[in-house]
Amino acid sequence: MSSRETVLNRIRRALADVPVTEVPRDVPVDRCYLRRHGERTDEQSAELLAENLADYRAVVHRCTDAELPSRIASLLAAHGSRTVVAPAGAPARWLSESTGVERVPEDVTAHQLDTVDSVLTGCAVAIAETGTVVLDASPDQGRRRITLVPDHHICVVRVPEQVVDSVPEALERLSPQRPLTWISGPSATSDIELDRVEGVHGPRELEVVLVTS
Amino acid sequence: MSDAASFPQAARISVRNAQLRGNLRHATRTIRSKRARAVAELADWDRLRAAGAAIKDRTLRHLDQYLEQLEAAVTAAGGTVHWAVDADEANRIVTRLVKATGEKEVVKVKSMATQEIGLNEALAAAGIRAYETDLAELIVQLGADRPSHILVPAIHRNRTEIRDIFRRQMGAWGRPAPEDLSDSPAELAEAARLHLREKFLRAKVAISGANFMVAETGTLVVVESEGNGRMCLTLPQTLISVVGIEKTVPTWRDLEVFLQLLPRSSTAERMNPYTSTWTGTTDGDGPSEFHLVLLDNGRTDTLADQVGRQALRCIRCSACLNVCPVYERAGGHAYGSAYPGPIGAILTPQLRGTASALDASLPYASSLCGACYEVCPVAIDIPEVLVHLRERVAEGGSVTRNGARVTIRPAKGHAAERVAMRAARWAFEHPRALRAGERLAARTRRAHPARLPGEPWSASRDLPVVPPEPFRDWWQRTHGGKEAK
Repeated sequence: MSSRETVLNRIRRALADVPVTEVPRDVPVDRCYLRRHGERTDEQSAELLAENLADYRAVVHRCTDAELPSRIASLLAAHGSRTVVAPAGAPARWLSESTGVERVPEDVTAHQLDTVDSVLTGCAVAIAETGTVVLDASPDQGRRRITLVPDHHICVVRVPEQVVDSVPEALERLSPQRPLTWISGPSATSDIELDRVEGVHGPRELEVVLVTS
Repeated sequence: MSDAASFPQAARISVRNAQLRGNLRHATRTIRSKRARAVAELADWDRLRAAGAAIKDRTLRHLDQYLEQLEAAVTAAGGTVHWAVDADEANRIVTRLVKATGEKEVVKVKSMATQEIGLNEALAAAGIRAYETDLAELIVQLGADRPSHILVPAIHRNRTEIRDIFRRQMGAWGRPAPEDLSDSPAELAEAARLHLREKFLRAKVAISGANFMVAETGTLVVVESEGNGRMCLTLPQTLISVVGIEKTVPTWRDLEVFLQLLPRSSTAERMNPYTSTWTGTTDGDGPSEFHLVLLDNGRTDTLADQVGRQALRCIRCSACLNVCPVYERAGGHAYGSAYPGPIGAILTPQLRGTASALDASLPYASSLCGACYEVCPVAIDIPEVLVHLRERVAEGGSVTRNGARVTIRPAKGHAAERVAMRAARWAFEHPRALRAGERLAARTRRAHPARLPGEPWSASRDLPVVPPEPFRDWWQRTHGGKEAK
């Protein structure tokens, strides 16, 4: 007998007390928990997102769509970045005012990525209640490694279209078939005396730009 | 593991370690108050907790079906599924898969399952070096030590000890620590970042566990903080995930419950810094080869116990460790397995059986205060299972081991307890004898010793003091206290 059959048979014997007529939905799951924790206007959700992102040491900026290129330019300049990786689907306009910063394509090797100063992406959805941005590898977000190896990540969130209040609302919008990365603040560890330190392996600086159209 | 010291023997040594107790007290108190604040933010916490328990129960009661569904979904998405009945088989599968790549080293994300099966040792025996990449696991590995906490495996080490380990050992494993490394957590984290980065960039094979597997979609989920998980899950060409069969959840939607319960219970955060989900392989993004090893290793035996099976709901958050007065004083090593604390005290004796002195002593590693049950995000009634397992140890009985029903004999060392219980039953059935005994005890109370010689229970406790008058005599004399008023 294969190990697969062994394990499955053991499970069936272990569950001898479960009536043969029982189907999964006979085991009740009461989903009476809240769909979101409070009713908010779009602006209140954006405010909460900004507040919770900042609480976990992400740096949050707000601007209009027209101001975005100059805002990105100033963030890259402030960081002293000379190279920035941006995925193919990131609008050229985003970097139109970042003169003197070289745009690196996303298909470079991991070693090359390690020498890039910054990464610029969009996102799939942002969750206000938890201060999370979710990337789903769409063309404006690129493959997962580009937001991991460089030390500085600028993430553009369109407000209000991309902002949801809660985890349940976010999951509804996301496709499990795409590789997802949920990011809540820069990488961190509490492994030394449960003291939180920001910045271990992922980008040590996360800047989120909330853009109002 | 069968020659390992029993819990009381190991704990007797660890409670005398003032450094260890200081580290643990500081760490568990910090996380306890943070967790309470994070949980208080959600008005519907109890409803989420009940839903989490119910989803896990639904899964466990139909686990065969969900695993078949999971296997089909992972396979359809480009992954390969392997089944391992026990630790040896899982280790053989992983070793074979790594050897097939021709690689001699692998990077690892922290995984309870691979700790449980001793994968690193098995790989080392086959000439493959496994690098732990979680900061705490790195501290443990460099210090040739064992993990002592589910979430923070190096909780028993303070910053000065960690600095010394880094200075002494990093050079032997790769990039050495800077000469002037201080004990500030930020500098220590930076040293780990530099040490591990070169390993991430050249690694061809990664090994992970998973927090959840979604049967409906074949999606795996890893919840982490540092980004070492993302490195392992996305940079190498081959990814091998070793996951206990009980980590299954039925649907994508079910994650809405667990992604709220887990971070707040675990690191006391609204959300942990990074959560990765993947379904099979994706062209041009991440590993081109994905293997999922489904691990039994005692889980189906645990499932066969109708009281004990609730332990399989566990999502490894470690909230029960942080509130446990026994864990706080004894530390994680005394539990002698990958799973310390209250959850370990019910999981280990079910996964491994109670044949060894250590495993038979684990159900007693608790004061039954119930704090673990209160904080458990999936409502595992740990005290209930502890008492159930104590009964099994003391009385013996029918259990499932390696898939077969066997009858185990009562454990040694509980003979006095069984004699005492039989004597108590006889006395309660014979009121006259009980009364005579009570009066005799009351009259001789000043002669009673505070402790019994050579008796383990009173080694750390005083015997209860016998009152001057038996309760039943007092009741009869005063008519239940009415005449005393």
